[in-house]
Amino acid sequence: MSDFFEVFGLERRLAIDVAALQRRFYELSRRWHPDFHQAAAPAEQARALEESARVNAAYRALRDPLARVEYLIRLEEGRATREGAVVKPKAPPALLAEMFEIQEALEARGDSLDDGTRATLTVQRDALRARMAEAEAQIAGPLSRAWDAAAAADRPAALAALKDALATRAYLRTVIDDLANALGEGTEETHVANRRD
Amino acid sequence: MSRIVGIDLGTTNSLVAYVDERTGLPVVIPDRDGRRLLPSIVGFTPDGVLVGEAARRQLARRPADTVYSVKRLMGRGWEDVKDELRYFPFRVLPGEGVVRLAVGGREVTPPEVSAIVLRTLKERAETHFGEPVEKAVVTVPAYFNDSQRQATKDAGRIAGLDVVRIVNEPTAASLAYGLHRLGQGVIAVYDLGGGTFDISILRVKDGIFEVLATNGDTHLGGDDFDRVLMLWLLEDVQARHHRELDRDCVELARDGEAMQELRLAAEAAKIRLSTEERTTLTLPLAGFTYHRAITRAEIERLLEPLVSRTLGPCRQALADAGLTPSDIDQVVLVGGSTRVPLVRRRVQELFGKAPHSQLNPDEVVALGAAVQAQILAGGIKDMLLLDVTPLSLGIETLGGIVSILIPRNTTIPTSAREMFTTSVDGQTVVDMHVVQGERELARDNRSLARFELRGIDPMPAGMPKIEVTFLIDANGILQVQAREQRTGKAASIEVKPTYGLSDADVERMVEESFAYAEADVEARLLIEVRNEADTVLTHVERAFRQAGALLGAEERKAIEAAVAALRRARAGDDRDAIRERTSELNHATEHLAEMMMEAALKGALDTKRADEIMGRGSSREQ
Repeated sequence: MSDFFEVFGLERRLAIDVAALQRRFYELSRRWHPDFHQAAAPAEQARALEESARVNAAYRALRDPLARVEYLIRLEEGRATREGAVVKPKAPPALLAEMFEIQEALEARGDSLDDGTRATLTVQRDALRARMAEAEAQIAGPLSRAWDAAAAADRPAALAALKDALATRAYLRTVIDDLANALGEGTEETHVANRRD
Repeated sequence: MSRIVGIDLGTTNSLVAYVDERTGLPVVIPDRDGRRLLPSIVGFTPDGVLVGEAARRQLARRPADTVYSVKRLMGRGWEDVKDELRYFPFRVLPGEGVVRLAVGGREVTPPEVSAIVLRTLKERAETHFGEPVEKAVVTVPAYFNDSQRQATKDAGRIAGLDVVRIVNEPTAASLAYGLHRLGQGVIAVYDLGGGTFDISILRVKDGIFEVLATNGDTHLGGDDFDRVLMLWLLEDVQARHHRELDRDCVELARDGEAMQELRLAAEAAKIRLSTEERTTLTLPLAGFTYHRAITRAEIERLLEPLVSRTLGPCRQALADAGLTPSDIDQVVLVGGSTRVPLVRRRVQELFGKAPHSQLNPDEVVALGAAVQAQILAGGIKDMLLLDVTPLSLGIETLGGIVSILIPRNTTIPTSAREMFTTSVDGQTVVDMHVVQGERELARDNRSLARFELRGIDPMPAGMPKIEVTFLIDANGILQVQAREQRTGKAASIEVKPTYGLSDADVERMVEESFAYAEADVEARLLIEVRNEADTVLTHVERAFRQAGALLGAEERKAIEAAVAALRRARAGDDRDAIRERTSELNHATEHLAEMMMEAALKGALDTKRADEIMGRGSSREQ
């Protein structure tokens, strides 16, 4: 079966023209959406349903730069179905001390936060958000370009770097959510693939 | 391709529409009296079943046997709805699985009640076209889960309709607007109906209507507005009239008829206060008449918390779409409850722009359903709706944690594959529990079904590899297929829907409903006129008790004679005679109605409401 890049007639590269991708998505939707195959024979209807589901899945995986990286990792590692998360959250070594401090503050907080703790946590959360945005920019920018530019022999290393960065980002996400929870803000909803350009 | 109609199966009203081939525009099909909305109310009487306006008119008289707002019960279990049951005058039986109502001496499920409404619309369309209508697009709230969608499909089947597509209401509305009124861009559809709330964010480009995100609350709507107003009225009546109530030993909250009167009065006041700053509420209750002025500011204070509840889902949908309010080019209002000025103000504040409401918010969803029907029939080729699944779909894993297979807001149709294996040597059956929702623990989400994969060849634990495909089709309904990878053999799956009807149930209901359908049309018309006669008799008797003493002897005699004449006619089968006697009694009591109003209300009367009290044709539609 063709992979998601092939569904759109694309090479396996992380640099994608999103406007062109959307145009192609609309074209393929017009071609395969079940709405336009209502009068067809059952076998043809089943085919349309399957193709349409595939086009939708492919678009979802490729339209967002981070989801695209996650998909690429899955593809390169030869996993057809998703078994658990693609990357496990991992604390970045450089941040370990700081993270430890935050976790401690979170655990010690009890039921209510005093104003001082609240202010500290808010500052920390904002700092982590900035760091996460930076990590995302790294993934979508230089790291993605590095993979695209790498020769076949260098690709495993480029992929590992992407995977590492994703793990860091996933970790930051959990801590930010924990902080937001502690601050009574609820988690910031987000599955990477939910984001839109 | 045969004709396909579009149906909006609403909490409060239902409609049927189609696209006129000549103009290419969708139009609502009226009934023989020109009424476009069919109240989604079904009355069970000893003589038979009443639907729509006829059922609505018996609401206060037969509260226990008249089912309204059944959409709130679709695809639900007793546990889900038990907290609101005390507000429903009809009985809901406790038990496992799908909700069952005990009405008119029989047990019915919500899909059967909805089927009666759908069948009435089907017949309305058949009368209009002069030919059978067998296919329909039916709309549901975007936030409806799998069980609620399936229940809607089942209702269609019971009504003899092939539901070729379930479409989300806000997206249907966008299609209706999209025909001519919307340009390209990002639009937000805010849909607050009788019982449900949806927000959908779409991108409209080159004829493609791509839903970016949707959110909502399937238990929030005009019914809830009416309920808080009703409870407030109840308190006020009790405070002002405790002496009369004590004297007559009336416990208002337990009086089904009085509570229905209060609910209908609350609804009427809410509707009037959408266009007026203040109104007067007059309500004859047992032994006294409740009368008070009420202002828009007063009800807005009561409605504020409910309206605020719609804003969270709006923000979440924006976040899921990766957008901020300023990215929204246009806002469209759908659903009768968006007529409430407070709702409009809050929506405008949130999105920072004046919303569109050029199309009648009661009709726009049905019009959109008709457009979708025309797309499916091949009559429209340049428009395509790409909708999403509103809730994440997952399976329960060890420790009751949910593993998400399909995240919410994924464009449908969509599929996900997952590998399953055995955990014990020689195991031949694998269980799966499929849930829908956003919570981490399975038990906090909506249980859709339990699947049993059977016929696995006995092998050591972990050896079998069963690939299960979860497919959400264009209706937002889940289909599951399984295949053992080693052998390539399809594994058999037994589905136990948690809140659904089995195929056998639906088959039986289809047969029962045919029996109903074949019942003589004449007989049903007779039931309607008899019921109308009963309604008028009840109203007249009540008025007579309250104000009869004010009448002259001659007039009393005339009314008594008219009552007796109607009773005699009602006992017979002559429809015309019953209708004539009813109208004569109405005529004989016109003066009584006036007298009663003048005396009881001392001038401050609202003529519209007075007509309602006397049971004289009054439509509460705006």
